Amino acid sequence: MAESVNVIEMKGITKQFGTFKANDNINLQLKKGEIHALLGENGAGKSTLMNILSGLLEPSSGEILVNGQVVNISSPSVANKLGIGMVHQHFMLVKKFTVTENIILGMEQTKNGFLDRETAKKDIKELSEKYGLLVDPSAKVESISIGMEQRVEILKTLYRGADILIFDEPTAVLTPQEIDELISIMRALTKEGKSIILITHKLDEIKAVADRCTVIRRGKSIDTVDVSVTSPQELADMMVGRSVSFKTQKKASQPKETVLSIENLTVKENRGLDAVKGLNLEVRAGEVVGIAGIDGNGQSELIHAITGLTKVESGKITLNEQEIQNKTPRKITELGLGHIPEDRHKYGLVLPMSLEENIALQTYYKKPLSKNGILNQKEIKKFALKLIEEFDVRTQNETTPAGSLSGGNQQKAIIAREISRDPSLLIAAQPTRGLDVGAIEYIHSRLIEQRDNGKAVLLMSFELDEILNVSDRIAVMYEGNIVAIVDPKETTQQELGLLMAGTSLEQARSLIKQGKGKESVRID
Amino acid sequence: MTNRKDTLNNLLVPLLSVVMGFVLGAIIMVIFGYNPIDGYSAMINGAFGSSFYIGETLRQATPLILTALGFSVAYNAGFFNIGVAGQALLGWLCSVWVANIFSDLPGLILLPLSILGGVLAGALWAGIAGFLRAYFNTSEVIVTIMLNYTALYTTNYLIRNVLTDSADATPRISEGASLRAGWLTELTSNSTLHAGIFISLAMAIIVWFLMKKTTSGFEIRTVGLNPSAAEYAGMSSKRTIIISMLISGGLAGLGGVMEGLGNFQNIFTQGAMPTIGFDGMAVALLGLSNPVGIIFSAILFGALKIGGNSMPMISGVPTEVVDIVIASIIFFVGANYLIRYFIDKRARVNKGGVK
Repeated sequence: MAESVNVIEMKGITKQFGTFKANDNINLQLKKGEIHALLGENGAGKSTLMNILSGLLEPSSGEILVNGQVVNISSPSVANKLGIGMVHQHFMLVKKFTVTENIILGMEQTKNGFLDRETAKKDIKELSEKYGLLVDPSAKVESISIGMEQRVEILKTLYRGADILIFDEPTAVLTPQEIDELISIMRALTKEGKSIILITHKLDEIKAVADRCTVIRRGKSIDTVDVSVTSPQELADMMVGRSVSFKTQKKASQPKETVLSIENLTVKENRGLDAVKGLNLEVRAGEVVGIAGIDGNGQSELIHAITGLTKVESGKITLNEQEIQNKTPRKITELGLGHIPEDRHKYGLVLPMSLEENIALQTYYKKPLSKNGILNQKEIKKFALKLIEEFDVRTQNETTPAGSLSGGNQQKAIIAREISRDPSLLIAAQPTRGLDVGAIEYIHSRLIEQRDNGKAVLLMSFELDEILNVSDRIAVMYEGNIVAIVDPKETTQQELGLLMAGTSLEQARSLIKQGKGKESVRID
Repeated sequence: MTNRKDTLNNLLVPLLSVVMGFVLGAIIMVIFGYNPIDGYSAMINGAFGSSFYIGETLRQATPLILTALGFSVAYNAGFFNIGVAGQALLGWLCSVWVANIFSDLPGLILLPLSILGGVLAGALWAGIAGFLRAYFNTSEVIVTIMLNYTALYTTNYLIRNVLTDSADATPRISEGASLRAGWLTELTSNSTLHAGIFISLAMAIIVWFLMKKTTSGFEIRTVGLNPSAAEYAGMSSKRTIIISMLISGGLAGLGGVMEGLGNFQNIFTQGAMPTIGFDGMAVALLGLSNPVGIIFSAILFGALKIGGNSMPMISGVPTEVVDIVIASIIFFVGANYLIRYFIDKRARVNKGGVK
């Protein structure tokens, strides 16, 4: 410790909610100029700890030192004054405002009673050049990419004078190239003396960027390790508390008859522009087809069109030899579709309702869960308990509101409900978003199990690891169409990254051969 | 873990609203120079002091239970049915109308027929808003407000020009169509309590059963809590919207039937919307849209009205001040968000705090 100062020291932090200890005697030291990863499963207590540090929660006991001084961070504005800034996972930006307006929001400088935009613009430009955070200060936020939005968030905290930045799962929404850029931004920040806490459960990122890593499990700090001498496997085992396998174990696929076929499909997004443009795709029984692509290239619209949640403009979708375009969701479900929706809070669950009611959500109207319009509570309970047991949904009981389950358990409940109906096609959209390795491992094995049982699986994900790991074929989507179908055994992250950015397959392969993959995308 | 605590907190909010309303009422009485203890004891006596007053209080609560149940069904589906008053008025009108047209029929047929007339009128009136919402996505709030006025003036027109020859009130309904029951009147020392109270209580049970135990209730609740998830689960939002509005309006109409066949035994031209509509909404909100809660809060509202009548005579508190007291209680019911805010804040402070 002698070589560098602790800018933050959290000692014996305990946070109790009722009888539940979200944080139990956690210790964390952040050195000046380091990138310190905070690793833990969902519900391990990372967010609670960071909420305490950013003034949103007060600890039940323990003390916090900032630059050696004991402080009482009673509100976010106190945290702000202490130089602690948070880069949120869900960006908190006003879409209609420009980059500058968003950054100065709440900190507006005025000249003669008027907003002094010019000085603000200049300050922002200086900041962005200093740290390599290139943005256009006068662009409207709604017109910039997600990676840019994140830079705006970072600038926002810097503009408020933050020296300690907390990044909450910053890469969850980024493309591989954007992730590389973020990593270099983080390095530039630490070079200028900023200190960073990185909340994540992605091990390769920790390996790539962090100096040290504190692992939290079930509210307790397990250990703080030096990242350079710790393997990802060791980190994962520490986080989960048992040995974890990364590679999904699977046999070669044995595709059979076509279950889903999409011909010339066009779908409009809600602003009336074409989001899916004449797309063709087939998914066969016994295979997992992965859809890779950067968010916003028509994947969500494609899935909503297949599942009946969005109107199909033109084209044909066939499921089990029946045309399903523009059929109601229930018709399509009954023809053999299971759907793990991308947004599990919006579509997948009714959060205030009990877990058992959520598990009955797709089959409540059928025997034995109901008869003549009267629900059979006993059968619903029996059904729910069976699935809770079978799919290892961790919950207090079956009447707990779905909203109070952890993300991983919510997802397990959805998967249980969808798989239990024995669908011939299972669509899984971002099935492991925000989940930890333990839950991811479980969900992937369930998807593979479906495939091995002769079902068709369509997996949509922004996570290339997931796509490469689980899929038997990868369809890359770009601007509303499938631009390439590749074999996961023959492709690489880099090649997929290029394809997702709109490079053609031949071009991508020749670029990679010349070793130029990353640079060319950056120029784009 | 939080389940039981939430229920407790949920109960705390309406109870605190009522208490704070009474406290504010007391302060107002003090300001105007009246003794609040005298005032409130007169009110309690005047609401529950004898079998007569109990009968009157329950009679007052009878239609409120129904209009509140009606409001709550739509509310559970995510709709704000402000048209409860208009639907109740049409229910009242049509029940009396049917009773007068078929006044020669035996009571065993006439009474159910008249009730049915009122229920259908309310249901159809609310159904208009439901249909427009389902197919044209119009705001049910605006449509039902407008339909309230349409109902009011249509009713007055029909009373003057169709049901009577330019009279302001219809003749009394026949014995067979009346909800009055001799034994109830006797039991409550000649109060106006009628058999409608049993219909109200039965409907509370039926609504509870509908919402909790039937697939339609499940659909209504799902659409109300998360329309996107309902769509994902293959529920028809159009169908659910229309069904919930029909049920809502039917119950409101039944509330009006209580006035027509029970309380007044006729219908007369109205200067404003009947109060059972808006009071019913307050009852539903105070009762947390839960049938049991609705029964209790309807009785409270009945007690305020009936007990309030005794305040001027016994304690000298003028009617206007009584109305202010009642209004302040309703105000705090409506302001329950404020109370919830303070409860949440206290909970946060209690949880936090470095030792």
